[in-house]
Amino acid sequence: MMWLSPNEIEALHLSLSVAARSVGFSLPLAVAFAWVLTRRRFLGHTLLDAVVHLPLVLPPVVIGYLLLVLFGTRGPLGSWLQRTAGIELIFTRNGAALATAVMSFPLMVRAMRISLENVDAGLEEAARTLGAGAFDRFATITLPLMLPGVLAGAITAFSASLGEFGAVITFVSNIPGETRTLPLALYSALQTPGGDAAAARLAAISVVLGLSGLLLSEWFARRVRRMLGR
Amino acid sequence: MLTVAVKKRRGDFKLDAQFDLPTPGVVTLFGRSGCGKTTLVNIIAGLLDADHGRVALDADVLLDTERGIDVPPESRRIGYVFQDARLFPHMSVAANLRYAARRARAQPYVGFDAVAALLDLGFLMDRRVHRLSGGERQRVAIGRALLSQPRLLLLDEPLASLDAARREEVLPYLETLRDQLAIPMVYVSHNFEEVLRLATHIVLLESGQTVAQGGVGEMSLNPRLRAIIGADAVGAVIDGTVLGVDSSSGLTRVQVGSGELRVQAAPAAVGAKLRVQLLARDLIVATQLPHYLSVRNSLAGLVTSIADDGANSDLIGIDIGGTEIMARVTRAATRDLSIVPGLPVWALVKAVSLRARPISNASPDAK
Repeated sequence: MMWLSPNEIEALHLSLSVAARSVGFSLPLAVAFAWVLTRRRFLGHTLLDAVVHLPLVLPPVVIGYLLLVLFGTRGPLGSWLQRTAGIELIFTRNGAALATAVMSFPLMVRAMRISLENVDAGLEEAARTLGAGAFDRFATITLPLMLPGVLAGAITAFSASLGEFGAVITFVSNIPGETRTLPLALYSALQTPGGDAAAARLAAISVVLGLSGLLLSEWFARRVRRMLGR
Repeated sequence: MLTVAVKKRRGDFKLDAQFDLPTPGVVTLFGRSGCGKTTLVNIIAGLLDADHGRVALDADVLLDTERGIDVPPESRRIGYVFQDARLFPHMSVAANLRYAARRARAQPYVGFDAVAALLDLGFLMDRRVHRLSGGERQRVAIGRALLSQPRLLLLDEPLASLDAARREEVLPYLETLRDQLAIPMVYVSHNFEEVLRLATHIVLLESGQTVAQGGVGEMSLNPRLRAIIGADAVGAVIDGTVLGVDSSSGLTRVQVGSGELRVQAAPAAVGAKLRVQLLARDLIVATQLPHYLSVRNSLAGLVTSIADDGANSDLIGIDIGGTEIMARVTRAATRDLSIVPGLPVWALVKAVSLRARPISNASPDAK
């Protein structure tokens, strides 16, 4: 890391930290949504599906704005969170994580759904006749078999979180050391006279990061496939 | 005793099934594909809801729509062997078996090692599921179902996806199961050969309705069953009693009705049951006991019925002393021999064309 400047290290570290929080927070939720949307049919199924996919089709600025309205200091959820748990989201890295989580949520759910659709429901039935209850079946049959999708979803979402710009800058602004992730730092560098070299370095870091993510996910996917005996 | 009486509607298809199975015993749900066999089995397992009905095993009511009882599948203690085995692909054979053993909801009556020995699974234990042959897969599936310590075993065409050789590889294990564990089984099949090997009872399903049921012997004479299995397989099935070995020929002597047959069979103890299939096409009808023939078997009886069997042939029912057999003869022969109900006749059959298989003592004697 010796060849990176303190500012670059800070942005890189912040990006990784935000992405990790984002994925950690949304992973269990995404598994639950994927399961409900794949295995259950109910009134409002289509609507829920559409809502989950909304961040894919809306401009990120709109998501950032909606988050501001809901989670701002005077927003209904924001004020409630602050009063009950003392959690402040606006202008913080947790807020940045929330914004990236919302943006990458549909990608995560999609990857998991594809995987879950390939899990034979007959295997769950078989487990049921062997005496396994609902949670048992999910934990021992469904989840392990959809693991490739869970991992793929997590890696995709992590990568997307590293690069999320619009929703983050709208919701939590561009504060060095708190919310200035790699893309925001790159944007700031471009806004600064004579910042071209810094921007190029930040872009290079982003490329290396993205490439390592892709290679890592491919390696993971192979290992999991072998583990599942395919 | 397993009691089943259920109704279910699914689009145009209507299932209306009712049967009883004295336990221990093996009942086959027999019928053409699409007649509702799998639907019925899924309702017994609890994997499918019935619109209306009752399923009870001895004193335990598993389903009673009137009284609002519906025990969930995981608590029914009913083992299920699926046609496609449904082994867990992310586990080894041993892990699949342990999965069932750990979740057994009763004191084990059959242990891990006993099941492994019964089904010869020892050398497969560390194998991944996708490395198994079709026959091995089904053996593991049977073992897994057994280790959940079920009080009833459902088998939905477990051999249907196997070729003849693989089928022959698995069938003996199922026979062992029936004879050694005496676990009641509901066996779905459209292969009459399997039915003959395993069943004590047959329930006949036609487009969702149970149209006939009874012991294998009684059912082998049923016209509806005859229509399904095809002319070449038609014939009486009799669970006869071994009388001993004929010292001059080495053939096994079996009592059927008030007569006696000599058959080729593996050595069996006197008094043991042998299931003998007398194919109608193999029987010769004589109005006098003939001499100078190579035929080893002649059964004296009275003609009970003459049924048009299509294709210029008749099916002659003959009572051989409390047991009925059937012989197929050409219509011309019926006429030339003046065969009419009540006529005393002899049914002749070559010993080498008879197939006899040991059948469990636990199975009730078919009438």
